[in-house]
Amino acid sequence: MTDATLPQATVPHDGTDAEARPIFREDRKVLGISTETWPGILAPLGIGILALSAWEFIVWWRAIPPFILPGPLLIAKTLAADWTTLSASLWITLRITAAALIAAVTLGVGLAILFTQSKWLEKSLFPYAVILQVTPVVSIAPLIIIWVGDINLSLLICAWIVAFFPILSNTILGLNSADHNLRNLFELYGASRWQTLRYLRLPAALPYFLGGLKISGGLALIGAVVAEFVAGSGGNASGLAYRILEAGYQLKIPRMFAALIMISASGIAIFLAISWVSHMLLRRWHESALKREN
Amino acid sequence: MSDAIPDGTPVAAGGRPLVAIRNVSKQFANGTIAVRDVNLDLAAGEFVSLLGPSGCGKSTLLRMIAGLGDPSVGTIDWMGSAHDAWGKPARELGFVFQDPTLMPWATALDNVVLPLKLAGTNRGEAAARGAEMLSLVGLKGFETSYPRELSGGMKMRVSIARALVTHPQILLMDEPFAALDEITRHKLNDDLLRLWEANRFTAVFVTHSVFESVYLSQRIVVMAARPGRVMADLRVGAPYPRDDMFRTSADYAHWCRIASETLKEAISA
Repeated sequence: MTDATLPQATVPHDGTDAEARPIFREDRKVLGISTETWPGILAPLGIGILALSAWEFIVWWRAIPPFILPGPLLIAKTLAADWTTLSASLWITLRITAAALIAAVTLGVGLAILFTQSKWLEKSLFPYAVILQVTPVVSIAPLIIIWVGDINLSLLICAWIVAFFPILSNTILGLNSADHNLRNLFELYGASRWQTLRYLRLPAALPYFLGGLKISGGLALIGAVVAEFVAGSGGNASGLAYRILEAGYQLKIPRMFAALIMISASGIAIFLAISWVSHMLLRRWHESALKREN
Repeated sequence: MSDAIPDGTPVAAGGRPLVAIRNVSKQFANGTIAVRDVNLDLAAGEFVSLLGPSGCGKSTLLRMIAGLGDPSVGTIDWMGSAHDAWGKPARELGFVFQDPTLMPWATALDNVVLPLKLAGTNRGEAAARGAEMLSLVGLKGFETSYPRELSGGMKMRVSIARALVTHPQILLMDEPFAALDEITRHKLNDDLLRLWEANRFTAVFVTHSVFESVYLSQRIVVMAARPGRVMADLRVGAPYPRDDMFRTSADYAHWCRIASETLKEAISA
């Protein structure tokens, strides 16, 4: 290495192999974001702008009527004009999504811990978790709505059913993936079940859990939207899916697109938020969050 | 350690052993006999190597001494330790695996203090003892480093520090340096001897290297495979401290030849 900007490592020359410690380079930053991250932001952004321009151009050139395909500019205008109604609905959908995700995390992690403490419990209950997972939520949503009665609770249950399984299955995998010799070590030092769980199995499961959470975040939103479609309830307290149905009936297609964009944007925001949390939790130690230098 | 031991002479003969292994055999569920009919005494403060080819049951024997898996036949008595109401000995031991076996999510210091944390030692005292241990293995200043930021040799040092932080009576090591390059291995051998001479724990060192076992040990237990059994119990008469001078001496070559021949006989027998 001849690069003069690299900081010198300060390690003791004490006869140990301490000098073999890797040196970490500080990233250069523009607007608070590392120069290496910028291409990853600019490239998809450029593609997006290109695609939107092409869309707008085609709609204008072929004079496509808005009730067939509205252009991006019209959608943006509609989004701004209907913001009050749409944002109220977005808030309702997001509340159900968040509640379902919290329930999925609590029950998923809780059950995963129970399952790894007792093989019998896992053997008897896990097949039912699988059944819950493979049953299409669209087909059981009407039943749930009839049985539960309360519409918000029904929606919550539907979204939860969809979001729950990836967390359960990933966390079980993670709890069981603790290094074999580390488990031996804990046994040697007479660690209690609780200590083994707290200091070994839960930290080992963290990357797996976060992987499951990334999937479940999007699924919770999809589950909430699908259940709203099935429920189709009107009134003021309706989620975005109902706004889409309503706009469809009234042929207000730009408004339909606006609602669709809000759902997509929410999904992306949830994914980015969970990815960020995941990166912050794992960046010091997990392979997935490390930059390869070679 | 209470007993002072003259260099090169094991304390055992006649005295009460720290660990007594009697007629121990181990058969795995698949029918393999990993260890057959082993009798061995480990004296307080001695440095013993278990030397043999792979598959000779040396690691299995080491794990049974640690209490990871019971013998199928025979007993392993911890004579020098207190026993609980169920007759289970309070094994005061440290164990070093072939891999460093560190928790990747914890800093070097947190890894070292793990045994203290599990025993319920209070945080401040644990941290102080952990930091002291890290500096004893030459890793002062690396307390907050994560395992991935350390080289292979440094990770192994952390592993040794963790094994010694409870000041155990016995340090059990399962081919700890086998995966390291020779230069690092020599350094770690020297540091291990230095730690042993300063603290005089009983060291049981599993290896397949004749040279490593001669350099380190007072006593070499030679084992053969299929089934794993003890073939010879060799005393290395060379005095301590042993250093680079010893590594190139005629004395070292002499003991290496004897150990080599014993091992060859054991394998062909």
